[in-house]
Amino acid sequence: MYIAIINYNMGNIKSVENAFIKIGAEIKVTKSPGTIINADAVVLPGVGAFGDAVKNLKELKLYDVIKEIIYCDTPFLGICIGLQVLFEFGMEGGKNKGLGIFKGIVKKIPEGVKIPHMGWNRLKILSKNSKLLEGIKDGESFYFVHSYLAECEDKSIISSTTDYGVDIAASVEYKSTYGVQFHPEKSSSCGLQILSNFVNIAKTSKRKAG
Amino acid sequence: MISKRIIPCLDVNKGRVVKGVSFINLRDAGDPVELAAFYDREGADEVVFLDITASHERRKTVVELASRTAEKVFIPYTIGGGIDSIEDIREILRKGADKISMNTSAVKNPELIAESSKVFGSQCIVVAIDAKKTGSNHWEVFIHGGRTPTGLDAVEWAIEVQKLGAGEILLTSMDKDGTKDGYDIELTRVVVSSVNIPVIASGGAGSLEHLRDVFTQANADAALVASIFHYGEHTVREAKKYLKSQGINIRI
Repeated sequence: MYIAIINYNMGNIKSVENAFIKIGAEIKVTKSPGTIINADAVVLPGVGAFGDAVKNLKELKLYDVIKEIIYCDTPFLGICIGLQVLFEFGMEGGKNKGLGIFKGIVKKIPEGVKIPHMGWNRLKILSKNSKLLEGIKDGESFYFVHSYLAECEDKSIISSTTDYGVDIAASVEYKSTYGVQFHPEKSSSCGLQILSNFVNIAKTSKRKAG
Repeated sequence: MISKRIIPCLDVNKGRVVKGVSFINLRDAGDPVELAAFYDREGADEVVFLDITASHERRKTVVELASRTAEKVFIPYTIGGGIDSIEDIREILRKGADKISMNTSAVKNPELIAESSKVFGSQCIVVAIDAKKTGSNHWEVFIHGGRTPTGLDAVEWAIEVQKLGAGEILLTSMDKDGTKDGYDIELTRVVVSSVNIPVIASGGAGSLEHLRDVFTQANADAALVASIFHYGEHTVREAKKYLKSQGINIRI
């Protein structure tokens, strides 16, 4: 069993890799479609602009691969920009199409607060039985760095929010697809807990045949 | 909303922590990475490393430090000290550092702030300002570890670095540094109210009340702390508990 961490030239992914190694997970950092399709779970990390992220995925022929593995219920975790590209559209540097797994638009954080939203902020947990958030107490802090937020059309996918002038979707999930706006790899022991939870989800998942 | 941050700062020379840390039961308390991992477990919000290695080896030691830290530390960390090119910054960030800090090189080549923030994003670019009081409401910027005056006004320089694209300011009061009689509230307050980016106050922390004051009186976003943690006078945990009891928004 292994977890594929997608390397698609979107900033530093070393920290994500190190965090999974720290918790003892088997990982492969890869851009190969075959390695991603055969993985027991897939992580899409990354920092940067929405448009660049989607463009890189397309150039590496991973855009459809990701849609396919999500369709097959392979456990999937998008981190930061990896959460954002799950949505239909992103407004960063013009309107760009995303993967469209979740309905909604990724928009700039409304004015009146310092942007980027950078630092430790508290989670308000909405979904009490989220497997990803298991063991995380309401009000626990996580590390955020982002200027855009996901506006979800279907609010039921939001498992936690954080308050930054407006309520920001901090984590979303539907079936085996998860996304976190914060950086678990930089959120100390609580962040590592979330990654361990994801590894456990991967270990117990039953995928459809692709 | 975002919590106020407590940031231990480690001075590093040739890969070793400069100020001895003897009270902590670590396998190697002179190893900056072990120490940073300890502060992570203790509840520190970030760690700053300042590499003061004075030789051509520095670039190598800085990159190594960035890389080793990424394996053991799971909070954001910043590396500063002699970083003066886009290539250095790229290398350090690629190893897993979250931010780099520049000081002398930012004054000598302000274009580096603009270029690096464009390439890597403002959130990774910290400009460190060493300021010394030279008159009523006037502080001058010094470089080369505080040895060389620049003629620049610290408040004007802070505004300028924000304009150039810096994402954060690490503001050290040279008058207070090492005194342990409190942060320079006046300087910090003026800089905080002149810019829209976060300001880390540095220099002078000697007690937990000093930490409180720099948050409540100067509205700093973060406090850099060295000796009171390194010499075991207080733990990070104690400091944060105290600040929380004083009504400050702190991550426990």
